[in-house]
Amino acid sequence: MWLCSPLIHSYSSTSLSSRHRPNRHNPPPSPPPHPLTPPPRSSFSVKVACLIDLSSNLEVHCIERKTSFFFIHCDGSLTSGLNLRNSRSARLSTNAVATKQDNVTASTASKPGVTNVDETPPSKPIGNILEALREGLEEEMERDPRVCVMGEDVGHYGGSYKVTKGLATKYGDLRVLDTPIAENSFTGMAIGAAMTGLRPIVEGMNMGFLLLAFNQISNNCGMLHYTSGGQFKIPIVIRGPGGVGRQLGAEHSQRLESYFQSIPGIQMVACSTPYNAKGLMKAAIRSDNPVILFEHVLLYNLKERIPDEEYVLNLEEAEMVRPGEHVTILTYSRMRYHVMQAAKTLVNKGYDPEVIDIRSLKPFDLYTIGNSVKKTHRVVIVEECMRTGGIGASLTASINENFHDYLDAPIVCLSSQDVPTPYAGTLEEWTVVQPAQIVAAVEQLCR
Amino acid sequence: MAQLTHRTTAFQKTLSAAILSTRHLSTSPITVETSVPFTAHNIDPPSRSVETTPQELLTFYRDMALMRRMEIAADSLYKSKLIRGFCHLYDGQEAVAVGMEAAITKKDCIITARMFEGEGRFDALYKKEGGFYGGHGIVGAQVPLGCGLAFAQKYSKDENVTFAMYGDGAANQGQLFEALNMAALWDLPAILVCENNHYGMGTAEWRAAKSPAYYKRGDYVPGLKVDGMDAFAVKQACKFAKEHALKNGPIILEMDTYRYHGHSMSDPGSTYRTRDEISGVRQERDPIERIRKLILSHDLATEKELKDTEKEVRKEVDEAIAKAKESPLPDPSELFTNVYVKGYGVELNKSLLELDLTNLSRFSVEQSLVLFSNIKLTLLVIDCISQSFGADRKELRAVLP
Repeated sequence: MWLCSPLIHSYSSTSLSSRHRPNRHNPPPSPPPHPLTPPPRSSFSVKVACLIDLSSNLEVHCIERKTSFFFIHCDGSLTSGLNLRNSRSARLSTNAVATKQDNVTASTASKPGVTNVDETPPSKPIGNILEALREGLEEEMERDPRVCVMGEDVGHYGGSYKVTKGLATKYGDLRVLDTPIAENSFTGMAIGAAMTGLRPIVEGMNMGFLLLAFNQISNNCGMLHYTSGGQFKIPIVIRGPGGVGRQLGAEHSQRLESYFQSIPGIQMVACSTPYNAKGLMKAAIRSDNPVILFEHVLLYNLKERIPDEEYVLNLEEAEMVRPGEHVTILTYSRMRYHVMQAAKTLVNKGYDPEVIDIRSLKPFDLYTIGNSVKKTHRVVIVEECMRTGGIGASLTASINENFHDYLDAPIVCLSSQDVPTPYAGTLEEWTVVQPAQIVAAVEQLCR
Repeated sequence: MAQLTHRTTAFQKTLSAAILSTRHLSTSPITVETSVPFTAHNIDPPSRSVETTPQELLTFYRDMALMRRMEIAADSLYKSKLIRGFCHLYDGQEAVAVGMEAAITKKDCIITARMFEGEGRFDALYKKEGGFYGGHGIVGAQVPLGCGLAFAQKYSKDENVTFAMYGDGAANQGQLFEALNMAALWDLPAILVCENNHYGMGTAEWRAAKSPAYYKRGDYVPGLKVDGMDAFAVKQACKFAKEHALKNGPIILEMDTYRYHGHSMSDPGSTYRTRDEISGVRQERDPIERIRKLILSHDLATEKELKDTEKEVRKEVDEAIAKAKESPLPDPSELFTNVYVKGYGVELNKSLLELDLTNLSRFSVEQSLVLFSNIKLTLLVIDCISQSFGADRKELRAVLP
């Protein structure tokens, strides 16, 4: 499989979306996932390294992606970073593609192609999702003067969740634009600006407010590239926090991914860790397609080590959180953590769940998911969307259509209840899927 | 639709100019008075006298005749079911398009409503190089887009403006006021043009709007009411608006115009207004007639020459129709083109074998040989890896090598 890598790279010059874009900087320090999954498609240099390595008979280390939140010391040793998931030991495998670990560990300062703004060693290796998003945003704004942010309170206030803190003083009011409370029209404005070549990022203070802009997102954002015969690109990023928080009430606890998923022409991604938040933010900004980036209110303070090197993740790729054998659990955003909690319990009970964070909500990464289904033959989908017409419903349909022969049991889809999210804490807990329910579902399925 | 045609008739302009040069016209400017003075809100109106040249007069005549001819042709094409969907005709309102074009450059952006909804290929209804950002189907949604275009112009500091056009029906949309607020707040070079033909589909303006003085609705934003049937008034107003927008921010232009046809082809146009009204306007205010009278009074062309121009225009339209009829309908494979940018998704399946091998030069000879010897396997692998998969992809390969 490694042989194909350079040829895949050759696609990148016909520049598809970020999936095949050559990553001229060092590849994501995160190593590839479990050997049975394909090499990460996001970085060309990753593949080159592999090719060279194999031809010169170097050892290829496949380090589990999750232990890649490492801190690179100057002497080349690695320290495993904060790890919220099970860690696996390094494995030798010719299938997997090595990252440029070997070169990377040489020195943090003198890597070719790394855009370090200054050469001083990184001061904040540990960051939360907020900081990861901000870093990603800032790096992209630095890199491309056409990138601008629009939203309510993003400028002088620093962002309602502080994602854009400090950016207005650095880049000015026009690049970090404080808009009035008029979602429909400022989203429309962003789309109009994008038609001329600017790359705006629209921040919805809460995803739910973007329902006011549904017309613009669906009719203009999604369709203009198609209806204009390719003349106009809409390289816009629409982002904001959504999801069920802590007693925020029904209107402020909305999950819009299910409403937007049918719109042709847009891409949707959901981030869940600081690592993928930054990578996906950067990928979304660089993508020439409109991308909706779903963040979660409760995950903003989640801390993790963020690599210092610049990296961009693949917008259409799922993340293997924990490889396993017995059952595939597909999840995204906050439910990932509920699933991992349940996974701990399941492991103690003797099960071996494979957890995949699907990340890309439109389109689904059916390749990774398919491989997993073929291995485990059982699927549980855990999501925060409503049951009716949710992401899980589409995913169930997709998997059934494509991998029906590989399934030993019907797909189990655990979603939120079809109710407006209650304000009362206990009721709110019952609307979303809890780890105990996940454990019960897996046990039931694997019987 | 007619507005677009107008934007692409640069060629025709030179042609008509060539024809007219045989007549040894003086290039001395002519001063024309607009039909009525401008009514202004929060601003000093421009003067009624407009400078023009004989060349321009004849060009206006030709362009408007072309537009009128196109609308009539569209009418008959729709009735013979060659144009489908909704067809909104623009005859009667030609002066707005022609006057506006005369006042601006290709770098200024225009965005408007009205389009052939339901047509297969929309390429022709957007033209990026000409700065025409399209006819949009959802009423009023193009105005925030227009303010976005103006924002981008301000951001990039190019001294151009955006004309965001809408009708009297759309003037009651909230997003218009939101966009206007933002445009005024940030001094965006946006000119909002309300083409007031007094009917929002079947609803007369007095039944839809408490205040039909659309040019005053901006409140703190200055406005100008213009006779939209007089191409020179439109030209003067647009020039004036452009200067204003570049210095002071948004301005509203209300073009007082009229449409002879109904809102769309299924609307006879007579259930909510009398035929006398329509013919009355046609006799008194028709834009083409007005120009014709000016041309004849200034002795720039004879009746016969003007008739010849009309015939020529008719022939041109007929040729275009013939060409359009001959053009093939889109291939089913084109269903998925341009859903996403740069061949994302489905097109990947087709272009599997169009590998760009130039990058292979990066590798050493041995590596390349290894690659080429495994090319069959490789392509198979690529096939499976790059076929990607999603609920909305066309094809799915679920087989690993």
